[in-house]
Amino acid sequence: MLAVDAKDLTKTFRSGWLGRRRKEALTGASLEVPSGAIFGLLGPNGAGKTTLLNCISGVYRLDGGDIRWQGASISGMAPHRVAALGIGRTFQIVRPFGSMTVRENAAIGALFGNADGRRGVREAFALADDVLELVGLRAKASHPVSSLTIPDRKRLEVARAVATRPQLLLLDEVMAGLNNVEIDEALDMVRAVHATGVTVLLIEHVMRVIVGVCRRAVVLDFGQVLAEGEPEVVLRDERVIKAYLGERYAKRLRS
Amino acid sequence: MRNGSGPEPLLRVRGLNAGFDAGPVLFGIDLEIAAGELIALVGANGAGKSTLLGVLSGLVRATAGTVTLGGEDVTNGRPEALVRKGVAHVPQGRRLFGTMSVEKNLLLGAYLRRDKDVRDDLTRALDHFPALKDKLAREAGTLSGGEQQMVAIGRGMMARPKLLMVDELSLGLAPKVVDRLIDVIRDINREGMALLLVEQDVLVALDVANRAYVLENGRVALSGAAADVKDDPGVRKAYLGL
Repeated sequence: MLAVDAKDLTKTFRSGWLGRRRKEALTGASLEVPSGAIFGLLGPNGAGKTTLLNCISGVYRLDGGDIRWQGASISGMAPHRVAALGIGRTFQIVRPFGSMTVRENAAIGALFGNADGRRGVREAFALADDVLELVGLRAKASHPVSSLTIPDRKRLEVARAVATRPQLLLLDEVMAGLNNVEIDEALDMVRAVHATGVTVLLIEHVMRVIVGVCRRAVVLDFGQVLAEGEPEVVLRDERVIKAYLGERYAKRLRS
Repeated sequence: MRNGSGPEPLLRVRGLNAGFDAGPVLFGIDLEIAAGELIALVGANGAGKSTLLGVLSGLVRATAGTVTLGGEDVTNGRPEALVRKGVAHVPQGRRLFGTMSVEKNLLLGAYLRRDKDVRDDLTRALDHFPALKDKLAREAGTLSGGEQQMVAIGRGMMARPKLLMVDELSLGLAPKVVDRLIDVIRDINREGMALLLVEQDVLVALDVANRAYVLENGRVALSGAAADVKDDPGVRKAYLGL
């Protein structure tokens, strides 16, 4: 069964005098994410990856095409309604509540934006504790957010999204700025979340991530799909090397 | 490693401590950069790399130790004084003025300069980043991540520094773009500018650098020729994940 079935998506941004400056972010992209997958979304900067995530999570309204979630259209739905249907997400720029503890931040995710309605505060904190355990932040639950390192901030961002109990988790570059060893630890976190039955769609520029956890990957370029398939195949595709990876990287990958 | 009896390096850091209200971050850092060197600074997140760059550009106060530039003590100098003396900082996450044009962002790097070469330097910076040439009038915030990083580096170059410090060059950028930027870093260095490169893609950093320093928990755990650091078993395990 398909978790996400997105067809012929188009989205154009207009700016300037009377909207005369146009930026076509999506130009007919289609995407099928099977239930239970860890699915990678990659492509050059400006290819439309985050726009696609924003269209799924309701932050942007599509200009054309349709997005179906578990068979039903969610196009044009407001973000809180999309979240209530079981789609959680992280943001590239993490914005935790700075004056609150790690645990309180995670509890916010549990209190709001949830499929099975509002929870009581006690229940929300219990769920927050479970989620912090899952992402490896339990020991720092009572720490103020300001004391967290970047890898831990990214973990908290994932925890806040997971605390909404999503069936689909959208991760936007949660491993940017981590070194290889920190990435391997973060991959364990993604695997742990996935093992609880969550489908994962992730954007990442780090091939260690894509090859490490994704069964399938799609490369976007100029707002449409350039290549799709198993990561090992996609990353050897000449078009992908030309548009995205570059020769030096491709050589490194082959060696 | 150079010792005290050698020629005076461009930058010399001795016994540097620094930190924030929440607690100390750097402990007894010793580091030297000779004119024209390309140095990689690597370490886990939270090790103190960005804090060290902050001290070198006057944004974070040193609580002990000294920083000298060409023999002159500049410890805890004001940021603008340090820019004048030849230290430019390309901060993590670009930090451009998003609603200002690309050209204005670049020229801001030369804000303290009163010489007549600013326009020539702009041309020279654009020669390194031809992709920016026809985007000078665009708002910087509308560029792609890779182009924004080009503007950030170009802005640093416009200060005409002796030492350019780049924090997290590859952050959020496509592999091909990182390749191009590394080529530019190498070119700028060949023209004589010293560079201090903080980079999470440790392999990329060690491939391009002459020498490297490894920070662990606020201390220099290892330093030496980049090739030797790359072969160090501890580094391979802790940072390269090999």
